[in-house]
Amino acid sequence: MGNKAARFFMYLFLTIASFISVFPLLWMIIASTNRSVDVTKGTLIPGSYFMENLNSVLSSNLGYINAFKNSLFVAVVTTALAMLVSSAAGYAFGIYKSRLKNMTFSFILLSMMVPFAALMVPLFRLFSKFSSIPGLNFIALNTHGSVIIIAVATAFLIFFFRQNTAMFPKDLIEAAGLDGLSEYGIFFRIYMPSMKSTYAAAVVVTFMSSWNNYLWPLIALQSEEKRTLPLIISAMGSSYTPDYGMIMTAIVISTLPTALIFFFMQKQFVAGMTGSVKG
Amino acid sequence: MKDKAQKRAWAFIVPGVILIVVFVFYPMIQAFVTSFQTGIGANLKFDGIANYKRLLTDGTFKKALFNTFIFLVVQVPIMIILALIISSMLNDSRLKFKGLFRTAIFLPCVTSLVSYSIIFKSLFATDGFINVLLMKLNIINSPVTWVTDPFWAKVLIIIAITWRWTGYNMVFYLAGLQGIDKSIYEAADLDGVNAFQKFRYITMPLLKPIILFTTINSTIGTLQLFDEPMNITNGGPANSTITISMYIYNLLFKYQPNFGYAAAVSYVIVVLIVILSIIQLKAGEDKDGE
Repeated sequence: MGNKAARFFMYLFLTIASFISVFPLLWMIIASTNRSVDVTKGTLIPGSYFMENLNSVLSSNLGYINAFKNSLFVAVVTTALAMLVSSAAGYAFGIYKSRLKNMTFSFILLSMMVPFAALMVPLFRLFSKFSSIPGLNFIALNTHGSVIIIAVATAFLIFFFRQNTAMFPKDLIEAAGLDGLSEYGIFFRIYMPSMKSTYAAAVVVTFMSSWNNYLWPLIALQSEEKRTLPLIISAMGSSYTPDYGMIMTAIVISTLPTALIFFFMQKQFVAGMTGSVKG
Repeated sequence: MKDKAQKRAWAFIVPGVILIVVFVFYPMIQAFVTSFQTGIGANLKFDGIANYKRLLTDGTFKKALFNTFIFLVVQVPIMIILALIISSMLNDSRLKFKGLFRTAIFLPCVTSLVSYSIIFKSLFATDGFINVLLMKLNIINSPVTWVTDPFWAKVLIIIAITWRWTGYNMVFYLAGLQGIDKSIYEAADLDGVNAFQKFRYITMPLLKPIILFTTINSTIGTLQLFDEPMNITNGGPANSTITISMYIYNLLFKYQPNFGYAAAVSYVIVVLIVILSIIQLKAGEDKDGE
């Protein structure tokens, strides 16, 4: 009998927890279909104002479409470069092991302990120098390059690829070596294709963190036409007379890419987060 | 032949290492040097430990430190315990709708920190949905000023962070629980062990390494808290939700940029992270000896 009560309590608890987790997002979607006045009144009925709200988002002087493009550009380039640079390092650390390489790897892991909050000051000063150095203009402050470059090599990704290289069959490398493939050939033609699930997980996590990144873009991207979505949404939210219907529509659209990833690649998302891919 | 491959492999490593050295290690050393300098803008002069002395008498800094600690000691335990309870419930092999519950509770992870902050800001506005609901349910008579009251603003930040990150931590525990042999629980069932005892004497000890990892992770995250207070309360009212990260940002961009002092404040976070991580690791070891 006590067991039955316990099970009832368990279902009740999980139902409430699920409801609380989903409600703010449901509320956001409903709000995006209503006028701002109705949103503040607390309506829970879907309205018919989505198109009007969408229009206000697109025509707002904050440049939403431009910010969407900027976010997409930054996230795609960051992810592509990160996959190349970080996975190459993880691959070499995992397969061509040596004492010196192991020491270098441990050294890199130390960077995981460094909080970004502590890097804010020196990075701002460092990047503000790049504009006066010819050839480094593309990563100076106020360029998308400045946001991309610091996310290309991360200790987490290198660690992630090195760990998962353990699943990679080493005899494939020997065989490829006998066939006359160079290390580059092995990396691009054998390692990359055979590590698809690892790459998928790394892509999901890298793309999402770039898409949602706020603090460094806030510091680095001062001019309006360079801003990414989180900066625009933050600006909308801090307005004195917030149009909540419009803001929620802006958030719904900016959440679409990550929501799609979440629903279709949840397994890879979890694998990337927890740092382990199960074959 | 093998030696050559070993050497050529460095070509794969060097680009990543250079980037990490240039954008993490070099700036850390730079910040350390800067923290002993004073001046405005780029005009910096060596000034010993002046910046660190200033910390001791800086009211805003003390407030930021205090707020960050409140968030840490209240929010992290609530979230970790909630995530543990939920994940051990979801690990029950007889539970129905498991996937549905898991996806729902994990769902907050799709939102960016800025987006969910704005959602919470509007939900908890003085004339917002939560107050309307609480008044309709007769739980309160007049609206709670969530954003403009020093106490409720802190509560709001804690509610928000807990909403966003409980599912995230749950996923780590679920992954850990899958690694625990089900027969241990079955044996416990046969011995008539109740759910709470199973949680306390089987789940908790076996998950300890993961609990430790997530606790350290959350501690590091909380010490750097920025997006939520910035977007929900903007640190207010009267700095009652300002965090160390926000204060560093303000020192750089809100007032005349004071790089030296901001760098000194940054190093407080570094030192705190190192100290708290060591304490947590030690605490984890101690319980082993029990």
